[in-house]
Amino acid sequence: MIALLLRDLKLALRAGGGFGLGLAFFLILTVLVPFSVGPQSALLSSIAPGILWLGALLACLLSLDRLLALDFEDGTLDVLATAPLPLEAALAVKGLAHWITTGLPLVLAAPFLGVLLNLPPEGFGWLVISLLLGTPALSMIGTFGAALTVGIKRGGLLMSLLVLPLYVPTLIFGAEAARRGAIGMDAETPLFLLAGISLGSIALLPFAAAAALRMTIR
Amino acid sequence: MSLRLADIAVARGGVPVLSGVSFNLPVGKALILRGPNGSGKTTLLRTIAGLQPPLSGEIEGAVDAVAYAGHADGLKSMLSVAENLQFWAAVYGQHDIAPALEAYGLAPLAGRLTGTLSAGQKRRAGLARLMVTGRPIWILDEPTVSLDTDAVTMFANAVQRHLATGGMALLATHIDLGIEAQVLDVAPLRAVASELHGASDEAFL
Repeated sequence: MIALLLRDLKLALRAGGGFGLGLAFFLILTVLVPFSVGPQSALLSSIAPGILWLGALLACLLSLDRLLALDFEDGTLDVLATAPLPLEAALAVKGLAHWITTGLPLVLAAPFLGVLLNLPPEGFGWLVISLLLGTPALSMIGTFGAALTVGIKRGGLLMSLLVLPLYVPTLIFGAEAARRGAIGMDAETPLFLLAGISLGSIALLPFAAAAALRMTIR
Repeated sequence: MSLRLADIAVARGGVPVLSGVSFNLPVGKALILRGPNGSGKTTLLRTIAGLQPPLSGEIEGAVDAVAYAGHADGLKSMLSVAENLQFWAAVYGQHDIAPALEAYGLAPLAGRLTGTLSAGQKRRAGLARLMVTGRPIWILDEPTVSLDTDAVTMFANAVQRHLATGGMALLATHIDLGIEAQVLDVAPLRAVASELHGASDEAFL
């Protein structure tokens, strides 16, 4: 399992691995928002948590179609399916590798981008905590979506259509926690629900993803 | 521990392609599948490897014993040959990749990125992967594609050694490797349209 994780991380860092792609997208999106809504700092600071969460979600989505498609094309998935490692564990590890290469950099970059959107100072901590709790769910749900569409040529768009509705609860509770934190309200309830979604996704979705993958590679 | 197939029927894309496949492959022996294109050799090999379920029949002795090498090599182009082999060795709980590198003359290429290799060199690296699995049954689908005569000899020697050390091999190939092996011609086993055809999942395939 550790070998698979290290291999995926190594591949992400090598040329063409796509590391930093999501981060760059997140950066550009948050830079563009002040241009499109205008320099009204009060308005920006009230929409900042929602924009940052939406940006993080879309940045996560951007790298999902590479998650399994490359391994499918070069036959790695066939070999992994016959290897001693259970496919469920392999997919959980791939989800974890996706989180480390995409979700974690987003969490770390979010406070800096919050400055661009005039996020109130008391909101920074809550934003980071909500992203830290919510992005694992985005990666795991995405792994499931990638497993569903891996056999389809140019399945990226179909995958986005399947995955985005499943992202709705994570987005609602994540953005709500960040918003409440930013205006000084109690943010614990949405955070607990967000953590619940993440833990549930991590516990259940590797099994669903493995079942979907077994159908697609037969 | 032999590999035994009893009256196996397999389907591709919901259409049955082979039925009534039975054989017994004892330890230390090889079996070569022959048959025209589209006769179901790949489908049969994938079924034995456990990548798809058979329509009917029983496979004994294949679970957690097979190493499968299909048309794709399962190698990452941005990793070096040694890194690729080390990764697969680790997945199968093995450590030593030196014999595999040596058997296919890959030692000088070990540090090269797999993406920069020629098709034949890549194929050799893909075949070397079987040696780091430590699995007894090798399932090889057209293993000699893009190999030159020297590399085919390396491959034949590797299979011979594997058989001599208690392994088994199942190959779909058209060229003569000089390996003593049973030959199974799958052409007469072509499935006829039957009640299996039109099974409930056909609409989705």
